[in-house]
Amino acid sequence: MAENATLDTALPQVVSELFAQFGEGTFVVQPTKDDVPTLWVTRDKVVEVLRFLRNVPKPYSMLYDLSAVDERLRTHRYGLPAADFTVFYHLLSIERNSDVRIKVALSSDSLGIPSVINIWPNANWYEREVWDLFGIDFEGHPLLTRIMLPPTWKGHPLRKDYPARATEFDPFMLNAAKQDFEQEGLRFNPEEWGMKRGTADEDFMFLNLGPNHPSAHGAFRIVLQLDGEEIVDCVPDIGYHHRGAEKMGERQSWHSFIPYTDRIDYLGGVMNNLPYVLAVEKLAGIKVPSRVETIRVMMAEFFRITSHLLFLGTYIQDVGGMTPIFFMFTDRMKAYDVIEAVTGFRMHPAWYRIGGVAHDLPKGWQKLVQEFVDWMPKRLDEYVKAAVKNSVLKSRTIGVAQYNSKEAIEWGVTGPGLRATGIDYDLRKARPYSGYQNFDFDVPLAHNGDAYDRCLVRIEEMRQSLRIIKQCLDNMPEGPYKADHHLTCPPPKEKTLQHIETLITHFLSVSWGPIMPAGEASQLIEATKGINSYYLTSDNSTMSYRTRIRTPSFPHLQQIPAVIRGSMIPDLIAYLASIDFVMADVDR
Amino acid sequence: MFDWVTPELAQIFFTVFQAVVILLVTVLLAAYLSLIERKLLAWWQDRYGPNRVGPFGMFQIVADMFKMFFKEDWTPPFADKLTFRLAPAIAMGTILLSMAVIPVTATWGVIDLNIGLLFFFGMAGLAVYSVMFAAWSSNNKYSLLGGLRAAAQTVSYEVFMGLALMGVVVQAGSFNLRDIVEAQSNLWNIIPQFFGFCTFMIAGIAVTHRHPFDQPEAEQELADGYHIEYSGMKWGMFFVAEYIGVVMVSAMIVTLFFGGWKPLPYLDFIPSFVWFAVKTGFFIMLFVLVRGALMRPRYDHVMKFSWLVCLPLTLVNLLVTAAVVLLNTPAA
Repeated sequence: MAENATLDTALPQVVSELFAQFGEGTFVVQPTKDDVPTLWVTRDKVVEVLRFLRNVPKPYSMLYDLSAVDERLRTHRYGLPAADFTVFYHLLSIERNSDVRIKVALSSDSLGIPSVINIWPNANWYEREVWDLFGIDFEGHPLLTRIMLPPTWKGHPLRKDYPARATEFDPFMLNAAKQDFEQEGLRFNPEEWGMKRGTADEDFMFLNLGPNHPSAHGAFRIVLQLDGEEIVDCVPDIGYHHRGAEKMGERQSWHSFIPYTDRIDYLGGVMNNLPYVLAVEKLAGIKVPSRVETIRVMMAEFFRITSHLLFLGTYIQDVGGMTPIFFMFTDRMKAYDVIEAVTGFRMHPAWYRIGGVAHDLPKGWQKLVQEFVDWMPKRLDEYVKAAVKNSVLKSRTIGVAQYNSKEAIEWGVTGPGLRATGIDYDLRKARPYSGYQNFDFDVPLAHNGDAYDRCLVRIEEMRQSLRIIKQCLDNMPEGPYKADHHLTCPPPKEKTLQHIETLITHFLSVSWGPIMPAGEASQLIEATKGINSYYLTSDNSTMSYRTRIRTPSFPHLQQIPAVIRGSMIPDLIAYLASIDFVMADVDR
Repeated sequence: MFDWVTPELAQIFFTVFQAVVILLVTVLLAAYLSLIERKLLAWWQDRYGPNRVGPFGMFQIVADMFKMFFKEDWTPPFADKLTFRLAPAIAMGTILLSMAVIPVTATWGVIDLNIGLLFFFGMAGLAVYSVMFAAWSSNNKYSLLGGLRAAAQTVSYEVFMGLALMGVVVQAGSFNLRDIVEAQSNLWNIIPQFFGFCTFMIAGIAVTHRHPFDQPEAEQELADGYHIEYSGMKWGMFFVAEYIGVVMVSAMIVTLFFGGWKPLPYLDFIPSFVWFAVKTGFFIMLFVLVRGALMRPRYDHVMKFSWLVCLPLTLVNLLVTAAVVLLNTPAA
């Protein structure tokens, strides 16, 4: 008994609950480098287990992520169930502030698994993505079609036997016939999109909005079924910005993948580097000096401000106010001037490194940061006074595209969109990373969950970011800007000319890149648009075996039809603006 | 040598000359307004605006015109050709014709109709056909939605636009615009007819489809709405027509509420056409400022505002004006 008790306390609560319900034999527990309990179950049990977790007291109400791994070439799989493919479900409970990862092994000759749409509606797109990129069938899925790639695509690119380089394909050619064929694939066919053409009495009017539309914020397409200007139904269509970032992760060294992350949420700059390098550092077991943590926080918060400023400008512009965005671009210029002085680049600095940052802060950085911190608050007050309190803007956005906390969690909404419904969940507070526990800041909340509240939350977040930057400025620790660890990349150069060992390590890690120990790690961060995470699988190689990038915008777009049905076209535009998405963040 | 010039003929020549001058000034001013608007907006928005072509970007308009004239004038194959081509002509034609009744000074003006105001209403009413023709013939869903909005908006706003001016007509006792200006010799209509002015100003913006009443084109929603399929000079005609509309409505506001060419007290040494031009210019700038400052309300809110606020307001205004005029009229 005593032995069992100690075992139970050592286990995460959710694991003991699962053991109590299904018996220990149902699961294989996998050790990972992050704190997420990871359990394997068999295919016939998975729906039951997931439903249990969904309904357990303090439930795992959010399907945070769902994707797959092609395991066929993986060599370091000690003690894991035999699998050709693995489907994993990453669940998140806000009440417990904890995660659990459920994995299912599949073999190549029967690549099917039951769909979980009945448990979480947002499983829909995730399952389609897995089907599209891995070719895994989800039984019971209502419309299992390609989502990232065009319907004419052949093959499933994230499989290991699908080449990653253009040189491994036949040369690309596009003749008239092929162009027509591809164009035809883009044609809107209501039936293929899960819609009807009309009823016995009426034909529906469909309006194709995007992928080129001034308010679509990128290459985003949404087909509306209209009654007058009222939206009866709609289907978002994504994938026009898909660049295969996850596949690229499998052919770049750990170090050389960093610039790709910048371009995921292309407004987030180094904010995108953060979850990646933190996850790699977990794999490598690197603990970075406090100066590195503070520098990272400061630069990430700068990008939160620039991203939110662009949000605010385009948001006001989308409801018809043309002037404020120009002022916000002036502010962004000022922020980018600081960013450029510190990192050498403006939008995509790719400046964080595994185990540190690229170089130390430049001389006189305090003055630049101080100037920005002094400049910004007055401007924010002005925007609130001149634009945000405008009664026309209010009439366009208050009560528009409203959803409550329950719906938000069901659809996997995170970030300001979740906090605008009144849920106090900010990872910087809930699970501090990179030293956020040392900072004094508030988590702005709103309670109506409408397009207006999402704007207010973001404005207040900018003020809090300024507070954080100010604290970084006042309390920047002294010390090295790189961890003293053999997997730090590039390794500290100063030591290379003194020991042959460090010289060899340096040479190898610069020429081939460091080899990360086999294992799995993920890191969730509160990015500009919601929770962003990298889930990395290392097979003891210079490259990642699988890089899963979970971005916040993807579920946010999936939620659109559920929110906007019954509203009018101008409401849709205000809603799209209030989501604050970028298509690169959706399609990756 | 000039003995064939009879007084009647001289009168005709003078009238034609006036008409041509006013036409040219209006069209050129309207075309130049595109530059002025861009400059003004730029200054209010903390930027330079066009400043590459000529000093202060003054010749930008020439570059724009070259571009517009030489752009492919494309008629979509799925469009209804006749209506598609007719629409921009109607837009330009109706709005230019309504310019004709506006008296620039006591002696200058194209035509002095005794129902000048009604003529203006008629032309403004016809102008909506250009939008609807363009919207319908383009055979595009965005333009269709824009056309529907335009039709609904014009119907709503023309109702009270007419009523807003009835107070002015009652006070002057005439539909003739010159008489209306003369009636303001002592006191500009802006004071007794303040509510009429407010509602007419709103209706004027709505009728010219200027922001925030640009619902038919609503760039962010309908991606330019009714003229989405137009290009080249056909599009240019819509564009210029919009600016002529701005000039025309500004001139109309000045004529009806700000005493037309009448000077301010003690400043009557300034020529009357300068007064007219300055007052009109002020309202043109106001139009631009409104565009730079306001957001666009939702289309159904615009309708609601029209029927529930503006219409009752104009009716009350008309009733009160009529009652006051009746009280002051000696019994016959």
